[in-house]
Amino acid sequence: MYDFEFARPTTVSEAASALAAEGAQALGGGQTLIPSLKNRLASPSLLVILAGIDEMRGVDIDAGDSVVVGGATTHAEVASAAADSFPALAWLAGNIGDPAVRNRGTVGGSLANNDPSACYPAAALATGATIATNNRKISADDYFKGMFESALYEGELITKVRFPIPDAANYQKFEQPASRFALVGVFVARFGQEARVAVTGASENGAFRWAEAEAALSADFSSGAISDLSISADEMIRDLHGSSTYRAHLTKVLTARAVDAAS
Amino acid sequence: METVNLIVNGSAFSGEVEGRKLLSDFLREDLRCTGTHVGCDTGQCGACVVHVGGKAVKSCSMFAWEADGMEVATIEGMADEESLGDIQQAFQDSHALQCGFCTPGMVMSAAALLDENPNPTDAEIRDYLEGNLCRCTGYHNIVKAIRSVAERRASAGAA
Repeated sequence: MYDFEFARPTTVSEAASALAAEGAQALGGGQTLIPSLKNRLASPSLLVILAGIDEMRGVDIDAGDSVVVGGATTHAEVASAAADSFPALAWLAGNIGDPAVRNRGTVGGSLANNDPSACYPAAALATGATIATNNRKISADDYFKGMFESALYEGELITKVRFPIPDAANYQKFEQPASRFALVGVFVARFGQEARVAVTGASENGAFRWAEAEAALSADFSSGAISDLSISADEMIRDLHGSSTYRAHLTKVLTARAVDAAS
Repeated sequence: METVNLIVNGSAFSGEVEGRKLLSDFLREDLRCTGTHVGCDTGQCGACVVHVGGKAVKSCSMFAWEADGMEVATIEGMADEESLGDIQQAFQDSHALQCGFCTPGMVMSAAALLDENPNPTDAEIRDYLEGNLCRCTGYHNIVKAIRSVAERRASAGAA
């Protein structure tokens, strides 16, 4: 990889100043970025490490109705800290990659990268999460802009993510065994009568909400309520691991499983 | 160059390291701890697993200076001068290795698992080894070795 300079800020404002420099790039846990640097898919002149920013670390259960996660918090920390208050989110975090990856990879890194097969975007969309940056708050519905694209500006930093805790929730992940990313993952959340269904791994446009399933499940929260639905394979990902038709099929199957598991 | 201070297997190290140097390369080239293996160098195979701050990490997917101020444990720290550590001994006893390339990472992952969960089920052992690939023996004897360590430690603790 090309060489680069480092900055090690200890506060969000120091990090934001460092990231304002030309060619600067934030480094979370590095589980995607470091392999990308090796392949020279990224060549920043300055890496700004976020791990030393205490105000961006940790998990708070806020007023019993939200899990608030610092942007530089690892998946392993979320898996353990949210286990009682939001088991579906904890399960999602505890099944990303493998244990060594979960000890490094961070929530903020995952959401900033917005890999189309990452798990966290599904949780963020299904719960209506709020993504807080160093200068604003972005609702999940406004945040995801397509494959590897987000609403973040150049140099903007995810400081905290607030996940509202649903009345019922479940995440189903059909794992691509080599990468351990989701071939398809579906997060179902129910708040009162309102059901939300978010799908990752399937669409060429990144994680999305399946509106027809949400409408059906908001009227009747049972897997039978979506049995007559189908989802179009247009714009679904196709690769050697699965066709677009297969991913469309998995989307419905996993949604039904998630509803059954959450009911 | 970046200045790093870290403790590797109980010994303090202080010195300069190039910013882009990976922890795996630093351990192997600068400290000559060549027991940490680099298999895929992409974070998939787990041969390079070491402990940083008591947690299993892939040393090919972090920079050496990110371990600044931390304690690092590698496979070299698992044995004393006289004998193998109990996990290493169990791997030998159970024939849990063939070529041995993946073994350092397997042992370090197993050690982290048993720290977190002293009495894992077979399913939990297999789940924890998800990021450690073995291309020779298969995983059966590795699981057996780790289970035997858990059992031996439990009976030693109870005695």
